[in-house]
Amino acid sequence: MAIVTPLKTAAEQVLGTQFANVKAELPGAPSVRKLREDAFAGFEAKGLPHRRLESWRYTDLRALLREARPLADTANVTPAVQARLAALKLEGVRLVLVDGIFAADLSTLEGLPEGVTIQPLTEALVSTREDLTSILSGPSVADSDTGLMLNTALMRDGVFIEIAEGTELDAPIAIVSLASGEDERAIFHRSVVRAAKGVKATIVEISEGVGSVASQINGAIVFENGDESDVQHVRIVTGHVAGTVQVLSTLATVGAHAKFESFALVCKAATLRQQHFVRYAGEHTEVGLRGVNLLGGQEHSDVTLVVDHAVPHGTSRELFKTIIGGEGTGVFQGKVIVRPHAQKTDGGMTSNALLLDDGASMFNKPELEIFADDVVCGHGATVAQIDGEQLFYLMARGLPRPQAEALVLQAFAGTAVEFIVDESLRELVMSEVEAWLSEREASSVVSTI
Amino acid sequence: MAAVQETIDQVKSIDVTEYKYGFVTEIEMDKPAKGLTEDTVRYISARKNEPEWMLEWRLDAFRRWKTMTEPNWSRVNYPPINYQDIYYYAAPKSGASPKSLDEIDPAILETYKKLGIPLREQEILAGVAPENRVAVDAVFDSVSVVTTFKKELAEAGVIFCSISDAIQEHPELVRKYLATVVPVTDNYFATLNCAVFTDGSFVYIPKGVRCPMELSTYFRINEQNTGQFERTLIIADEGSYVSYLEGCTAPKRDENQLHAAVVELIALDDAEIKYSTVQNWYPGDAEGKGGIYNFVTKRGDCRGKNSKISWTQVETGSAITWKYPSCILRGDGSRGEFYSIAVSTGAQQVDSGTKMLHLGKNTTSKIIAKGIAAGKSDSTYRGMVSAHRKATGARNFTNCDSLLIGDQCGAHTIPYIEAKTATAVFEHEATTSKIGEDQLFYCQQRGLSEEEAVALIVNGFVKEVLQQLPMEFAVEAQKLITISLEGSVG
Repeated sequence: MAIVTPLKTAAEQVLGTQFANVKAELPGAPSVRKLREDAFAGFEAKGLPHRRLESWRYTDLRALLREARPLADTANVTPAVQARLAALKLEGVRLVLVDGIFAADLSTLEGLPEGVTIQPLTEALVSTREDLTSILSGPSVADSDTGLMLNTALMRDGVFIEIAEGTELDAPIAIVSLASGEDERAIFHRSVVRAAKGVKATIVEISEGVGSVASQINGAIVFENGDESDVQHVRIVTGHVAGTVQVLSTLATVGAHAKFESFALVCKAATLRQQHFVRYAGEHTEVGLRGVNLLGGQEHSDVTLVVDHAVPHGTSRELFKTIIGGEGTGVFQGKVIVRPHAQKTDGGMTSNALLLDDGASMFNKPELEIFADDVVCGHGATVAQIDGEQLFYLMARGLPRPQAEALVLQAFAGTAVEFIVDESLRELVMSEVEAWLSEREASSVVSTI
Repeated sequence: MAAVQETIDQVKSIDVTEYKYGFVTEIEMDKPAKGLTEDTVRYISARKNEPEWMLEWRLDAFRRWKTMTEPNWSRVNYPPINYQDIYYYAAPKSGASPKSLDEIDPAILETYKKLGIPLREQEILAGVAPENRVAVDAVFDSVSVVTTFKKELAEAGVIFCSISDAIQEHPELVRKYLATVVPVTDNYFATLNCAVFTDGSFVYIPKGVRCPMELSTYFRINEQNTGQFERTLIIADEGSYVSYLEGCTAPKRDENQLHAAVVELIALDDAEIKYSTVQNWYPGDAEGKGGIYNFVTKRGDCRGKNSKISWTQVETGSAITWKYPSCILRGDGSRGEFYSIAVSTGAQQVDSGTKMLHLGKNTTSKIIAKGIAAGKSDSTYRGMVSAHRKATGARNFTNCDSLLIGDQCGAHTIPYIEAKTATAVFEHEATTSKIGEDQLFYCQQRGLSEEEAVALIVNGFVKEVLQQLPMEFAVEAQKLITISLEGSVG
C-alpha cells in the first residue's frame, strides 16, 4: 500500500517552527530534552490527529486547530484572574497555574501537610533523578497518541506533587489552571502526582477560562499511585469561551490493592477532548472513571478512555452522563483491554446520553478487547430524549415544564456525581450542575422534542 | 468464566480438524490463464455471452479497482494476496448451460449428493413434505450448474435463476437494480467483484407475491487456486415476501482461496426479505494453514415504506471472515434485523458485524450477535448504528455477547453508535460473562442439576438467533453448532 504523506497544515508548520525556536529554552535535564525531541519527532511524523485516526474519529484536531497560537511563556495575571481566584470556593492547599505557568505568589501552600512535597514542574524537570522520564511517560497505551506527544514536546510548567508513604490527607489539594484569555495563547502544561504506598489523597483539578479571547490548551496530569493507595481525582472544566480548543490527558498507573477514582464535570468548555489512559500495575485494584458533560450551543465534548487491564483481578467501572442541548456534540469512546492472563477482570462501562434539541448529536463507541477467558466484562450505551412519562408525572403534580425538565436532568447527572467521596467537592460539583440547569430553566428553554 | 467440559467437547466436534466437507471432486475444468488483466475480464464476459453494456460496466469497475488500495482497518492478519496468482474463472468443461440434470457431469451431481444438497426435484418431493420444498441454485466454482423448481416459481411470477441467465433474459431488471445498493466503488473487494463476478443468484418477486417456497443457493469452491466471486441480487417488489438461504463449503487445501462476493437486497414498499446464511467454508487447519478468505459485502436497502430486511447468519467456517451484512433503512417505517452466531476455532479470524443506517422516519432495527472464540482464534464484532438528522423516531436495540474458551483466543467488540437526531432511541449492550447466578439458582432450586440448568438457560438463549432461521437451515445449523453459549445470557 502506498504511504501517503499529507502536506503539513499551517498549524503544523507553525508548531514545527515554534518547537525549533523554544526547545533550547524549555526546561529539562538532558533526558527530558531527549524525551521532548522524540515526542516531537513522533508528532511530526503523524501530524495533528484527524478524523481518519480511529481514536480521534469524532474530534478532528487538524480541522479545529486551523492556526497555532503563540506559546504562552509567562503568566498573565489580569484583574479577572485575581477576581476569579478570590471568588473560588476552595479551601486548603491551592496551586495556581496561570496560562500553564506556576504562580507561586497566587498559590496557597500554607498548611501543607507533612509528607507532601510540591515543586514547580520547571524545577522537577531539571532535577537529576533517574526515574524522571519514566514518571513523565505514563502508561504505554498512551505512547502513540499525537495529542499527548505535543504536550510532552512543549510542556512548560505545572506542578510536581509527591506524597510520602502512608500519608493520609484530610483536605484536597487543588490545582487551579486559569487561562487569562486577554490575547491569543497556546498553553502547554503538565502536572505530576506521585502517591506512594498507602497514600490517601484527593486531587482537585480546575480548568477555567476567565477572559474573552479563546485559548488553545493542551494539558496533562500524570498519576503514579502506589500499592494500597486511595486517590481521588476531581476535575471541573468550565468558563471557556467559544473557540477554545482544549485537550486534557490523564495518565494513571495504579499499583496493587489500590483505588483510583477520577471524576470530571464539563460545562461551558467550548471544544474539549479528555483522554484517560489507565494501566493496572498490580492486582486487586479498583478504578472508577466517571463524568458529567453538559453541552449546549456548539459545544463539543469528547471523552476517550483506554483502560488497560494488564494484570489479573482488576475491577474497572466507567460511567458517563452526557446532556446535550442546542447543536452540541457529545463523544464517548471507551476501550477496555483485558490482556492475556488478566483473569478475573471485572469491567463495566456505561455511557448514557440525553439529547434535548434537534441539532444535538451523540457518538458512542464503547469497545472491549478481551484476551482472557475468565472475565466479566460488559458495556452499555444509550442515547435517548427525556422520558415523556417522567415529565408527565412531574407536570401532573404542578411543575412547569422547564422545572420538570431540570429536575429530571439533575437526577440523571446526579447518579454519576454521587461517586465523589469528598462531600464538599460533591456539593461544589452539584452546585455547578444546578447552576447550569437553572440558567437553562431561567431562559425557559424547553427541549424542542 | 472457564467453559465447562461439555461446551469444550462440542466446540471440538466442529473444530477445524473435523471439517467434513473437505473432499475434492476430480473433474475437468475450463480455466483462463492465472492473473487479472483486462483480458481476463473480457474472457469472463465472453464466456458468459454478455451484452456489450455488461462488459463495459465490468471494465470500468476493473479500471477503478486498479486505483484502489486494500483496506487494512479490520482486526485480521493475513499475508498480502497476490491477485495475479488466482484463476478468476473455472467452469466444469461438460457442464456449461445444461438443459436438464442428465447433461450435468455426474461427478458434480455426486458432489452435491455428498454435501446433502438435493438437486433432483423428485428427490426433494420424495424426501420432504411439499410445504417444505426448497428451490436450489447450485453454484460450482464459477458457474451455476442447476436451478431447481424454475417452472413452478415462474407460475407464481417469481424469477429465480443464475445472475448470468438474468443478464440474458431480464436485462432491464438487472440494469435497473445492479450496484444500486453496493456502488461499484464501495470498497476494494466489491469493486473487484464487479469486474470479475462469475455467477450467483438473481431473484425477483413481483408485486404482492409471497414466494411459494424457500429459495436457496449452494456455493461450492472446488478448483485449486481459484477465487469465487459470486454476485447475488434479490428484489422484492411492493408487498412481496421471500426467504432466501445460502450455504457454502470448499475442499481442504493448503493454500488460501479468496471468496469475494457481493449480495444486494432491495425491498420496496411493504416488502420483506429474509436472508439466511450458514457459512461453512473450509477454515484451514489448526495451525492456520489454508482456508478461505471470506471477504464479502452484503447490504440490503429498505427502499420502500414499511419494508423489512432481516439477516441471519451462522458463521463457522473460513480462515478469515470480513463481513458486515447491513441495512439501509431508507423508507419510512422500515425495519432491519441482524441475528448472528459466529464460532471461531483453530486459527480462524472473524471480523464481522453489521451496519444499520437509519435514514427514514420511524425506522427500527435490532441486532443480536453472539460470538464464541476457541483455540487460537480471534473474534471481533464491529457494528454501526447511525441515525441521520432526518431519521426522527429511529429506534435500535443492540445486544452482542461473547464467550471465550481457552486463554489463547480473543473476543472484541467495536460498536459505533451515532445519533444525529434527538428523537432517536438507541440502546446497546454487550457482555462477556457468566450466566446470571440468580437464573442458575432459580433452576437449581427447582431440582435441576447445575449442568441441566446451564443447558436449559443456554438453550433458550441460542434459540433467539436459531429460531430466525427457516426450518431447513435451523436443522443444519443445529448440527453445526449445538454449543452451549453459557457465558452470554443477554
